[in-house]
Amino acid sequence: MKFLKEYRDSGLARDILAEIISISKRRVKLMEVCGTHTVAIFRHGIREILPKNISLISGPGCPVCVTPNKHIDEAIEISRRPGVVLATFGDMMKVPGSASSLEAEKAAGADIRVVYSTMEALDIASRNPEQEVVFFGIGFETTSPTIAAAVLRAEKENLPNFSIVGAQKLIPEAMRALLAGDEIGISGFICPGHVSAIIGVKPYEFIAREFGIPAVVTGFEPVDILQGIYMLVKQIEEGAAKVEVQYNRGVPPEGNPHATAILYQVFEVTDALWRGIGTIPGTGLKLREEYSRYNAVTKFGIEITGEREHPGCKCGEVLKGMITPLECGLYSKACRPEHPVGPCMVSVEGTCAAYYKYGKRSD
Amino acid sequence: MCLAVPTKIISIDDNIAQVEFGGVLRTVSLDLVPEAKIDDYVLVHAGFAIQIVDEEEALKTLEMFREIIEHEVS
Ligand code: SF4
Repeated sequence: MKFLKEYRDSGLARDILAEIISISKRRVKLMEVCGTHTVAIFRHGIREILPKNISLISGPGCPVCVTPNKHIDEAIEISRRPGVVLATFGDMMKVPGSASSLEAEKAAGADIRVVYSTMEALDIASRNPEQEVVFFGIGFETTSPTIAAAVLRAEKENLPNFSIVGAQKLIPEAMRALLAGDEIGISGFICPGHVSAIIGVKPYEFIAREFGIPAVVTGFEPVDILQGIYMLVKQIEEGAAKVEVQYNRGVPPEGNPHATAILYQVFEVTDALWRGIGTIPGTGLKLREEYSRYNAVTKFGIEITGEREHPGCKCGEVLKGMITPLECGLYSKACRPEHPVGPCMVSVEGTCAAYYKYGKRSD
Repeated sequence: MCLAVPTKIISIDDNIAQVEFGGVLRTVSLDLVPEAKIDDYVLVHAGFAIQIVDEEEALKTLEMFREIIEHEVS
């Protein structure tokens, strides 16, 4: 596989680490806003090898974790309707909603299927015309074009029995909201590689311009992540604030204009509710009027009231980087991967799950 | 949900590609990168190719860092 060897070269990684150590003087807090980064950083033990004055903080980068109970309750309610097949990504199954989970509903007899892609859900719809197939779609700018592409295919292939519960979110405006209410003192952003592969570099420019903070779009291999950290530290030490791209091989400056065109052909920007954070303007997507017939929530007349979060779960604060999972009283006691209380412990990309899997029992 | 690793396109049929990942073949949609060709390396997310990996840029990034390191050492 192309360049894997080079970007996993431990000698090069060590050299870059030595460079970071030699230039780094200030105390910095760098936030990653991508669950794949969170997992990679833990897997490669990058937090541990960095000098003490550089802290890495996980932000709201896990799409499962930021999905509020309202949408999970909607999906559960729809899955209870007769003749419905609910299709979703595997990570959503165990997430506890207000009173149940998709996994519990499946055990109780609902037809809920784990799919790897929206195309699989479309396939189920085309093979079962007498059933209603509903895709519960979560994700960021990387996933949303795949949902938009599925809606366009459903239209092209005339599949009126396909619809979606859309709970997708947009990342850059969420970063703005984090910075506007910043209580932790973020000094730089490790920007997501694959969100950026779609949206390109421009949407992050306000971070440098308005907040004077550097941002580096970074890849996922150990050399990538260390290079990204080096570029951030260098900017901070030099008093610079720019948007740079370390992950050039996957992120052209303009991103993927074809994918964004498909995305905004089907969806338009709206406000979105983030778990534990609240409503953030301009961070949600809703189906445009011409595609509103694919909205499962209106198609099935679902109205969720009285959704509630588990009172002890501190996912919201974890997602904002305000606390680590270790500061949640339920972590590794009542809340463990086999019995998750909150979504940050369910998803493999969740900060609590990463802490648990990689054996963090204390800071 | 992201496959962080680039996969190679082996065959294409009607905008559906077979890609190789760790010796295993997988089917991915090319709806989001219709210009992708056989032998291209693509980034795959949730069953879709989302970007073509730019080999030249991959080498440039590596070179840039080798230079920084050599410059510091010498
Ligand atoms: S450890 Fe569990 S209960 Fe605590 S914040 Fe994480 S997911 Fe929520």
